[in-house]
Parts: sequence; C-alpha cells; structure tokens
Amino acid sequence: MNIYVIMKRTFDTEEKIVIENGQISDEGVEFIINPYDEYAIEEAIRLRDDNGGEVTVVSIGDEEVEKELRTALAMGADKAVLINNEDIEDSDQFTTASLLAAYFEDKEYDLILGGNVSNDNSTGQVGPRLAEQLDIPYVTTITKFELDGEKVTIERDVEGDVEVIETSLPLLVTAQQGLNDPRYPSLPGIMKAKKKPLEEIDYDDLDIDEDEIEAKTETVEIFLPPKKEAGKILEGELDEQVQELVKLLRQEAKVI
Amino acid sequence: MDFRLDEDIEFLKSNIRKFVEEEVEKVAMQIEKEDRVPERIIQLSKEMGLFGLSIPEEYGGLGIGMVGKCALYEELGKTHNGFTTLIGAHTGIGTVGIVEMGNDEQKEKYLPAMAAGEKIGAFALTEPAAGSNASNLKTTAAKKGDKYILNGTKHYITNATEADVFTVMAVTDPSKGAKGITSFIVEKGFPGFHLGAVEEKMGLKGSHSAELIFEDCEVPEENVLGELGKGYVNALKILANGRAGLAARNLGSCQKLLDMSLAYVEDRVQFGVPIIEHQAVAHMVAEMAVEIEALRSFTYRVAWMVEEGKKVIKEAAMLKLYGSEVYNRVADKALQVHGGLGYISDYPIERFYRDARITRIYEGTSEIQKNIIAGQLRKEYNQ
Repeated sequence: MNIYVIMKRTFDTEEKIVIENGQISDEGVEFIINPYDEYAIEEAIRLRDDNGGEVTVVSIGDEEVEKELRTALAMGADKAVLINNEDIEDSDQFTTASLLAAYFEDKEYDLILGGNVSNDNSTGQVGPRLAEQLDIPYVTTITKFELDGEKVTIERDVEGDVEVIETSLPLLVTAQQGLNDPRYPSLPGIMKAKKKPLEEIDYDDLDIDEDEIEAKTETVEIFLPPKKEAGKILEGELDEQVQELVKLLRQEAKVI
Repeated sequence: MDFRLDEDIEFLKSNIRKFVEEEVEKVAMQIEKEDRVPERIIQLSKEMGLFGLSIPEEYGGLGIGMVGKCALYEELGKTHNGFTTLIGAHTGIGTVGIVEMGNDEQKEKYLPAMAAGEKIGAFALTEPAAGSNASNLKTTAAKKGDKYILNGTKHYITNATEADVFTVMAVTDPSKGAKGITSFIVEKGFPGFHLGAVEEKMGLKGSHSAELIFEDCEVPEENVLGELGKGYVNALKILANGRAGLAARNLGSCQKLLDMSLAYVEDRVQFGVPIIEHQAVAHMVAEMAVEIEALRSFTYRVAWMVEEGKKVIKEAAMLKLYGSEVYNRVADKALQVHGGLGYISDYPIERFYRDARITRIYEGTSEIQKNIIAGQLRKEYNQ
C-alpha cells in the first residue's frame, strides 16, 4: 500500500503572535508538525503496520522543514520529501495544492492523508483542493478509518455528530482530533531516522509554471484581535443596577 | 572551543522537552499526592527509550556520549524529580556498573531488557553502618560451590521497589578491608532475596527507597561483576560516572525554578509595580541566573572531560558538590520570590525545595565531596 501524508510546519500552539512591519514575526519561534497532520502521520504508520507498504511524508517549505520531516521519520514514516518553495513569492492554499498536485502526477498512491486544518491559517483547503486536482474522492474531518480490502469505512465529525461513509481507494482524507493518539518518536528511532531517505525537490523540477500557481488571494492587512477589556461591575440597589444595565445595553453596547 | 550541542542532541532534547511538557508536567501533582508515577508515563517512557539512555546501541540503548546524556538529563530535570530519579537512578548508577564492568555474557543477558525498561536497575551499596564510610560494609558473600551466599542488609536503596536487577557490594574477604569487597549482579527473584521496609521520605515522591535483606541469598558465580576484590573501586567508579548526569538533572531543575520565578515576578504586582522592579527581588533573580549559568558551563565541561576519557575524580566531586549546593540556593530563592505562594503545596515550588535537599546527601554527601576534592588537591601538590 502506497500511503502519502501531506504535512505542514507550523508555529507551536503555545507561541504568542507578534506582528512586525505588518507581518507575523517568526523570530525565536518554536515550530512543530501541525497537530492535525500529526494524527495523519500516526494513522498512516498504523495502516502501514497492519497492511504493509510504505509511508512517505511530503511537505512544502524551506530547509527548516527538514526538522519536522525528520520527526515524522522518527515516528516511523519510511521516506520524506521536501518541495522547496523558497523562490515562490506569492503563495496561498491554491499554490500549495497545485504544487502537491504536480508532485503527485507521476506517483502511484492508494491513500493520501493530511490534517483537517493547520493551526496557523486554519483554512482547511489544501486537502480538498489537492483531491479535486487529482480527481480522487476525499473525506474531511475523519475520526475513524477502517480498511477492508478495497472497501474503506470512515467515521467523520460533523459539528459534533458522526457521519459514516463508505468509499474506496484511491482516496484523500483529512484527520480530525480524536482519530488517534500520536506516538512520541522514540530516542533510538530519532537516531535511526537520520539514515532514512529525505529527498529535496526544487519546485522548478516539477512540471509546473510559476504563473499557473500564482496565489489567487491577496492579504490586505494583518492585525491582532482587539484586547479584551475588563468587565464592568454594577453597584448599588438591585433596581438601580437593572436600570443601569438596560441603559448600558441600549446606549453603550447598542444591542437592544 | 565550541559550546554548541550537536544537531542530533538538540533534536533528542526537543523531543524530551515535548514529552515532559505534554505528559509528565500534567501529572506532576498527581505523582506528588499518590507517591506513584502513573503507568501511562512509565509505558510512554519505555516506548520513547528513556530507560536506555546510557546503554550502548548494540544492546538496544541510545548509545550517546556524556555531553548528550547531560543535555537530555537537563530536560528531564525540569519536571517532577521523583520521576526523574526513577529514570536517572536506573540509567545512572543502576545500569552503569553492568555497562562499564560487565562481561559480554552479562551485558547480553541484562542490558537489552534494561534498555527497554522491562527490567529496572538499582545500586545497592549503603548499609545501616556504612553510609559515607562506604568501606565499612557488613554484608558478606561466601563462596559455596559455584555460588556465592549473601547475608546482610542494605538500606535507602533508590528504585528498590521497582527494580529487578541490583548491583550489590558485599564483602568476600573480611581480612582485606576495602580490597575485600566485590560487586555482584543480584536479581530480585534469587532465593533468599527479600525486600524490606519502604521508607517514608521528605520528597522525591514516586521514587521509592527501601531496605534489601539477603538471607543466605544464592548468587551464581557468573554474576560476579568485574574482578573479585574490586567492588569498592567499582562502586566509586559507578558513582563518579553518575555525577555529571546528576548535576545535569539539578541544572534542569534550577532552570525550571528560574523560569517559574521570572514569570511570577513579572506578573505579581505589589506597591503598584511588578515585583521584579523592586531591587531586592531583581537581585535574587540575577543571583539565581548567574549560578545556573556557571553550573551549566561546569556540567558540560566535566561531561566533555568524561567523553575525552580524562580522569575526573576531582572535577566530578566538585560538580556534584556545586550542582547540589546551587540547586538548594536556587530553590530557596525561588521560594522567597514567590512569597506565600511558594510555600503552598498546590504549587510546585515547595516540591522542588524539598526535592533539592536530598541532592546534598545522596550519591555522596557534600562533605564527602569536599574530602575527595581536598584529597585530590593534596595528591596533586605532593606529586
């Protein structure tokens, strides 16, 4: 079974967002594998262990991404691929999906897994866009994956309810929290991961034209949400408090 | 001179940091209250290979040098010291004897299971009448056919309740004093081996110290570790080897205390300003940071000396002494800057404060370290 995982390197969930010159600063920031992609990697490894085959983790970015790819290899993936996009200026989810589609063009794949969303931009678009471009079925926000021959039974999270879907390979799925409990890479596994193949591809090597993958969206402005202000505590007799509250709701909050 | 850690070690370190922050820190209070490390944490530690930290790669361990080990111990030191001791006493004094002095058969028999955490190791030297005066052992080992028969009692043995394999020092020739002591590998299942009372301790909850009782305990001849009569020298070597790692664990705890203190003094407002703007508080934080930085440099220098195969008796004793004393001073200051909150058991500072105290006592007291240092200095002077 040929299993691929598409993975993104993102800010550590704990990091504070700092804006400098209208851009999000990544100075001194700790990076991680996008947590939803971690579920995808874990699921891929388990499926490989049960059904045989190979797990390849693919990411797009600069050389820094090697660290997260090595982590995926240390968890148990067999191969890693880095598509270097340093030379691409304007990039969005369309660009990412198009680069991946170009990469997958000559690949044999049974299953592609990804995260439901990334914890930074949270658009949830790359997986579905890639499946559309490859013309294969896709299921998002999955919480259970069962393979029986060619038949795949999936449970997916739909706003708290569960939807059960039957489909077949080849297929693309995106992982939701609850799919599994990702393993910590073992320390000997980390040392062994150094010897596993990590291929770096420049986007020029893919059969693609930069104009064709130009971003379809434009970022106009980046700003932090307004600071939460302290609440107001009303005082005095209950009647007075109610009157004051109604007045504030009308005049200040303008909600009634 | 290069102070950078290898990329591989940085990578291992960041993975341990993640595990510590996401898993161990979450249950630190639970470990403290229940005096037990949850099974899930033990299981995850096994899967991660933490128990094989100091075991060579060919026996299923990680196979890294002392600098790397110290970097990993530093990360482990940042969390609950009881958990860290469970791992550290196993990977340190619990396995080092077999790694350093064991023959091939012994290594093959014991190390793979110890690297996997299936068998836990412990080190048994201390007796009721032989603490700092380690050569005054009363436990005897008498040769009988192809076995040694052990009789005596060990106490304050770290990991005793969890351990399966003990490195035990016993007297094989009472006429020769320290040169009549031999090391043995003793399994908990050997006939005549009994676990005695488990001690109630001031700190290091989750790590258990207990008494071992040998009553005509039968140990096969092939379980003699190293040479006959070299047990005392072996014990000193095992302890010396453990000292850099121990200092690194203390270093991690100190760093954690500084990090918590910084967060608190920036956040806590008194007299209208964050308390770090009061000079008395600022100076305490500065003093903590200076000592921690000095300890860090010293730790990695000794670790480097060990890797280079240099003689480190004096330096390891200095480091054990300094690391333990710094940890106690840092814990005291951290508690002071936290004020009343530092004294409350729902907050981790008082736990570190109690856990710090044993570091001046175990694996050679601060006073014994000074004796070793002075002894080495005299030796160098008179050479």
